[in-house]
Amino acid sequence: MKNIKIKIDNIDLVVPEGTTILEAAKKININIPHLCYHPDQAIKANCRLCVVEVAGSKKLTPSCSSYVFEGMEVQTNTKKVRDMQKGILELILANHDQDCLKCLRNGNCELQALCQRFNISKTNLEDTVDALPLDDTNPCLVRDSAKCVKCNRCVDACQKVQEVHVLTHSHRSIHYNITPAYEMPLEETFCVFCGQCAAVCPVGAIVEKDDTAKVWDAIYDTGKHVIVQTAPAVRVALGDAFNLPKGSIVTGKMVAALRRLGFDQIFDTNFTADLTILEEGNELIKRVTEGGTLPMITSCSPGWINFIEGRYDHLLDHLSSCKSPQQMFGALSKSYYAEKTGIDPKNIYTVSIMPCTAKKFEAKRPEMVTNGVQEVDAVLTTRELARMIQSAGIDFTGLEEDQFDNPFGIGTGAGQIFGATGGVMEAALRTAYEVITGKGLPSLNFTEVRGLEGIKESTVHIDGLDLKVAVAHGLGNAKVLLKQIDKGESPYHFIEVMACPGGCIGGGGQPIKSTMDVKQKRIDAIYHIDEDLPLMKSHKNPDVMRLYDEYLGEPRGHKSHELLHTHYHSRGMKYNFSELMKQ
Amino acid sequence: MNSTKTNGFGVLTSDLALKIDEIIQTYESNSTRLVGILLDIQDIVPKQYIPREVATYVSERMNIPLSKVYDVISFYAALSDVPRADYVIQLCDSVVCKVTGNTILRDAITELLGIKEQEATADGKYWLEYTPCFGACDISPAMRINGKVFGHLTTQASVKAALDQYK
Repeated sequence: MKNIKIKIDNIDLVVPEGTTILEAAKKININIPHLCYHPDQAIKANCRLCVVEVAGSKKLTPSCSSYVFEGMEVQTNTKKVRDMQKGILELILANHDQDCLKCLRNGNCELQALCQRFNISKTNLEDTVDALPLDDTNPCLVRDSAKCVKCNRCVDACQKVQEVHVLTHSHRSIHYNITPAYEMPLEETFCVFCGQCAAVCPVGAIVEKDDTAKVWDAIYDTGKHVIVQTAPAVRVALGDAFNLPKGSIVTGKMVAALRRLGFDQIFDTNFTADLTILEEGNELIKRVTEGGTLPMITSCSPGWINFIEGRYDHLLDHLSSCKSPQQMFGALSKSYYAEKTGIDPKNIYTVSIMPCTAKKFEAKRPEMVTNGVQEVDAVLTTRELARMIQSAGIDFTGLEEDQFDNPFGIGTGAGQIFGATGGVMEAALRTAYEVITGKGLPSLNFTEVRGLEGIKESTVHIDGLDLKVAVAHGLGNAKVLLKQIDKGESPYHFIEVMACPGGCIGGGGQPIKSTMDVKQKRIDAIYHIDEDLPLMKSHKNPDVMRLYDEYLGEPRGHKSHELLHTHYHSRGMKYNFSELMKQ
Repeated sequence: MNSTKTNGFGVLTSDLALKIDEIIQTYESNSTRLVGILLDIQDIVPKQYIPREVATYVSERMNIPLSKVYDVISFYAALSDVPRADYVIQLCDSVVCKVTGNTILRDAITELLGIKEQEATADGKYWLEYTPCFGACDISPAMRINGKVFGHLTTQASVKAALDQYK
């Protein structure tokens, strides 16, 4: 690639052809203000905040959408530029609900940071917030158009990354807005609640529904035994909220913080991830050997479940009947754990810490009930946990490391890698290989299913059978594999799908600014934990095996079926046009 | 594939669906001609609008996400996502009609029918809205009823005469 010589703010630099001014400036530590630009997304150039002066051009140039050319001279900080940027910010602010103290993104808002940078506290323009009604009737996400800056990042996430196509821009001029078609509330659309929109929103226009108050109430309730489980992807992301380097592994500090918050017992979802592998692995073996519906597709990701139950409800037989690790934990907490501790399931309050907004929806599904009580009582995203820790005044970075409690405290490396795309597949293969062949694996790592490529595939030779597997992350990629199945052309036996790009480490509930670079660091951290763990295969988890001995019997046995498996069903969201045409 | 929950249909009938199929066929199901398709469909939907079920039908037939169809409907003033009426009265909102007195025209309609802009009469017969210039400046102030242009509407009597043709 050709290199281009340019000058930004009188500093000479050489950048590859095809670099934008904004990206080039970043290389010499100049952060040009922007709202709609996002490093992982297509260029939108609609906020116009990133304008700069280019020598030879009378007009200001948007730096996010302008590529460098040989000899280009750019000024990013002239009076003309700053006045324009300030003017744009004031206009945006005049149409933005400025009640910052009430906003979940207070202190973590890109608009707020820019206003601080330009010393704008209150605009002298008349406020004209012309907004649609608040959309907060679903259990996962809150959309407040009074705060929307119309940057279109959420639309990009919803349409291009996830291909869910719920959010769109609509109307024009002063009525221009971001909304689902016909301004429907999210739960009446095909929204899967993956939260990728909330993860890229620069302001507080789309946020997770905050459940921290509910959890505080439970902790303060002396009649409640409050237990908590933490998903594998949280421990490599929570540190972001406390300014630790991206991809820091904070398992011990997280457990310590949870104990200080007042949870009675702190458990590891990795335990039930291992359990999932035993159930799902056995289900796969049964389907392959006894001629069940193939390919079998994983069912751990609730965003993915919402997607297939919504638009592809004719393919539900392909889903594994396993509940997700979160719900397996919930079911065990209200049965096995209740019996073991002698606590009435009604008095056990089970909290999950998840990287995911859709988990809130999953926990509320009416069928997710064991012994007459909801299996998981409250789901907090990584962001909400960080807020609780901050709110309690805990100095997170200074905490001494603590350990998970028993009986759900041991997780193997196989459970840990659930957090990264390809992880469930790899974990399942580690177990399935040994269960079927009775032999140890030649190599533990199925590296072909790792990494950030959209769709990964591999073939594993197990006792004469060539098991063909595929892994997709991001629903746009999942759609490709579904269309193959639809046409009857899917060559696979087993498919792992995670709704979010990168898997759970890139979940919609993770700390803000989880760009692809950050996701890669989290994935590296996940495999690092895997390698450091003494146990790397789910069926070697001693506590899981004890659970089968003491309580469940065998994988896919009667008790397992009752507690750990479920039925997925159509969301009934489609208009029945074919029925209409019969009339 | 872009539809959402419903218990049956309010507007769409199999007959209407077949007509929509024909319109889409006429435009060779070309997504770049979506505006023309939607305008033609709007003309045959009672109350002259595109309800969600119809937009969804179009989106499935043409394999365009519903959100995109809605983006188009909401962008163009000529397309409505809310029910209008049997007779859609459009007043030109451009400079020439303003100068020649389209406020008198509007007031006359409000007095005769009791509706303001973006409103329908209680019987669902008439709907009043402003529209960009439709090229009748030579006979301004002008209005359009269901596509037919009436000009020189400077008196209440002339407005009434035009309206009387639509009962």
